[in-house]
Amino acid sequence: MSALSDQLLIVTVLAYLAAMIGYAAEFSFGTRGVVARAATRARERELVTVGGPADAPVSPAPPAAPVQETPRGRAALVGRLAVALTAVGYLAHLATIVTRGLAANRVPWGNMYEFVLVVCFAGATAWLVLLSRRPAVRPLGLFVTLAEIVMLLIAGMRLHTEAGPLMPALNSYWLKIHVSAAAIASGVLLVGFVAAVLTLLRLGHDKGKRSFPFTLGQRLPDAQTLERLTFRVHAFAFPIWTFAIICGAIWAREAWTQYWSWDPKETWSFISWVIYAGYLHARATPSVKKTVATWIAILGWATMMINLFAINLVVTGMHSYAGVK
Amino acid sequence: MVEVEAPAADRVDSGSPLPRGNGFGPWFVALLRRAWRQLTSMRTALVLLFLLAVAAIPGSLLPQRSIKIEDVNAYLRKNPDLGRTLDRFYLFDVFSSPWFSAIYLLLFVSLVGCLVPRLRTHVTALLRQPPDAPARLNRMPAYAEGQAREEDLPKLAALLRKRRFRVAVRGTTVSAEKGYLKETGNLLFHFSLLALLVSVAVSHWYGWHGSRNIVAGPDGRFCNTLQQYDDYGLGARVGAGDLPPFCMQLDRFETTYTANGQPTMFRAYVRYSDGRGAADKTTEIEVNHPLRVGGAGVYLLGRGYAPIIRYTDRFGKSQTSIQPFIPNDDRMTSSGVATFPDANVDPATRKQDPNDQIGFQGLYLPTMSSHDLTMAQSLHPDERNPRLLLVAYRGNLGMDAGLAQSVFTLDQSRINSGKLQKFDTTKALKPGEAWPLPDGSKVEFLGTRAFATMTVRHDPGEMYALGAAVCLLVGLLMSLWGKRRRIWLRVDGDRVEAGGLPRTDYSGFQAEFDEIVQAARKEGTFR
Ligand code: HEM
Repeated sequence: MSALSDQLLIVTVLAYLAAMIGYAAEFSFGTRGVVARAATRARERELVTVGGPADAPVSPAPPAAPVQETPRGRAALVGRLAVALTAVGYLAHLATIVTRGLAANRVPWGNMYEFVLVVCFAGATAWLVLLSRRPAVRPLGLFVTLAEIVMLLIAGMRLHTEAGPLMPALNSYWLKIHVSAAAIASGVLLVGFVAAVLTLLRLGHDKGKRSFPFTLGQRLPDAQTLERLTFRVHAFAFPIWTFAIICGAIWAREAWTQYWSWDPKETWSFISWVIYAGYLHARATPSVKKTVATWIAILGWATMMINLFAINLVVTGMHSYAGVK
Repeated sequence: MVEVEAPAADRVDSGSPLPRGNGFGPWFVALLRRAWRQLTSMRTALVLLFLLAVAAIPGSLLPQRSIKIEDVNAYLRKNPDLGRTLDRFYLFDVFSSPWFSAIYLLLFVSLVGCLVPRLRTHVTALLRQPPDAPARLNRMPAYAEGQAREEDLPKLAALLRKRRFRVAVRGTTVSAEKGYLKETGNLLFHFSLLALLVSVAVSHWYGWHGSRNIVAGPDGRFCNTLQQYDDYGLGARVGAGDLPPFCMQLDRFETTYTANGQPTMFRAYVRYSDGRGAADKTTEIEVNHPLRVGGAGVYLLGRGYAPIIRYTDRFGKSQTSIQPFIPNDDRMTSSGVATFPDANVDPATRKQDPNDQIGFQGLYLPTMSSHDLTMAQSLHPDERNPRLLLVAYRGNLGMDAGLAQSVFTLDQSRINSGKLQKFDTTKALKPGEAWPLPDGSKVEFLGTRAFATMTVRHDPGEMYALGAAVCLLVGLLMSLWGKRRRIWLRVDGDRVEAGGLPRTDYSGFQAEFDEIVQAARKEGTFR
């Protein structure tokens, strides 16, 4: 069962990879970009001219409607295919986690490897829910799947551990509550991070920056949509993160005697919490620029990553349950 | 674009110019007022919030006295100069340092300064009727017009009331507002932060804790007094006499393992009396399942083996040491000592030569390798092939020097200076085995007893903290998901106008507004 789970992880990553290629194809040939829109507008002007008054100059070139229609339709098709592939990867992802749980005979989030799998799963869930509510955000898929793949590869290659039973300290129902809440919050914040990065690219592009990463901005939804999306996602995740910390504190009181003892993991959760609270404040403060606020969100994600990787692998504390040798 | 009012706290200018030439008094007051205004501005709060995050970082990277004092001491030994400098800046006590406290106290002062006016405004808003309609409703972000009669006004007002708007009718105008819970939640959230701080302070002042290794058996019985703890901490408002009287003894310790030696369960079978003279009760304590007694929690935080070592000195007098050995790895390779400062009392003179004390430095392997006899590491945490490795020392143990000493090693400086001398080679003993020493004395390894590391903690602030945390979360949800909005209706002759204003960023407002107008049209009050 454990081996099956490992193979399913490979399937998951491959499916996400295929989906990413699909999103990328749509991204580069899609119609949402400025270039594509300009092309469409030019065509419409031609059509108007053709149907215009008789004395108007005859349009020099016949409207290339079929030629223009095809890449547009094909791109959308590829985009939908990418979503389907994401769904396939998502099911494989779910199966990876479930078989892992069956192999270990417990909830499948007892060590760092499993935690990252679940974080990514929460991220994928957040992405699919978002997509079903606002299909217009599909161009973000390229970056969401990229982030998923990077995290899953790190998990599979660097953090993998054999499925096994829990150490006594983890044997508590708070494991189910605290860790799943932290994973869900982290997964949603992963999507929030992607949205924040894209917001900055779009804002940069709008300001006239044309160097490499900003060129991506041109094919993205408009800055205001992205910026609001970033906020919504963070506003959704922040209470879950708060809940996760509170549950962690209740558990700490049962397991380690004290609800808060500034263990490194606690300290960094606090830091992330403070920074995300800072983001929400900054965004609610009209005098703080949107770029600045968005950068704070990115900083928040950086502290989440420090907490996940550096604190688990480098610093030892009471939270040393990573199980990575 | 939707106009969203700036929160009051954000409308901060640098203050009116400081008055000049009026003498020091007014100038000083103006300065203070300006400083207060700055401190309670949202921007300052943000900066303080970030400072707090940054200030917490060293606390996670350097060892902290409050968490593990041994690590701090080890660090100071290894880097004495750097260590001393870091210590001067409280970098080993970050979370109780003056600069950390200064940041969060300023933050909370800023919070209070910001909350009190907001609370006042909010209470006023709650008591007040929704404000009258602006002169030109068609300037509002949401707008609709139609035909209506004045008699329809009550029906329109009822429609809004049914949608839980707070409604005021003034002449021919209906004003409605909804979403007060957002600000209520916001204030609840921020006041919960203050409550949390107070709870932490209560924990700090009135809480206490202590820990100790309890060896199994009646002779290991422990009572809740400071003298019996290996280490402890008392809150500023707690005296030694405030500890509730209870005693406790470890009957048995049970551990289960997987095949590869990973423990899956620890369970301490204990008996305890709650100090009211009643008979002992028995119970089990597990990790994650503390015992609550006398308002305190008794937690199982560790376990190990205490070898039973009997020493019979050259005059034939026997003494037994049952001291916990601390585990060095997860396979329970454990080290500790057995000391006999009262050994070798000459029966003729009834005197003991202080340089004739005996001490053993020991290493206990619950499962020694049966192939590699030089390997000083246990293969399994359970006792499958137990061996006790002992080195015997004679000399002055220095135990009455009054210095705090580790109970797990002999004083290395005494060994180096020759005050303690090895007097035989290392020996590995099986349980029941004896080892005759050159001076005619002997040491026997009789077996082991389990010990449990128990921490007792009383924290009177924790329930307040929990309450504050729950309020904080509820307030947060209300504040993030609440939406404040206003709707006005004005009938003028046979014309009716409706205007709507979302007071917070709320993308669904137009849809809600349209739905309300639609409903009114259906009722026939808005044609
Ligand atoms: C421990 C420090 C603090 C934390 C963790 C915190 C957290 C939060 C959070 C999560 C929100 C919700 C954000 C939103 O509704 O968009 C909020 C809102 C707010 N906070 Fe704080 N806060 C803190 C301190 C302060 C201080 C010191 C002030 C005032 C000086 C302040 C003023 C405000 C204001 C005005 C809002 C409302 C913003 C809005 O219109 O939504 N906060 N705070």
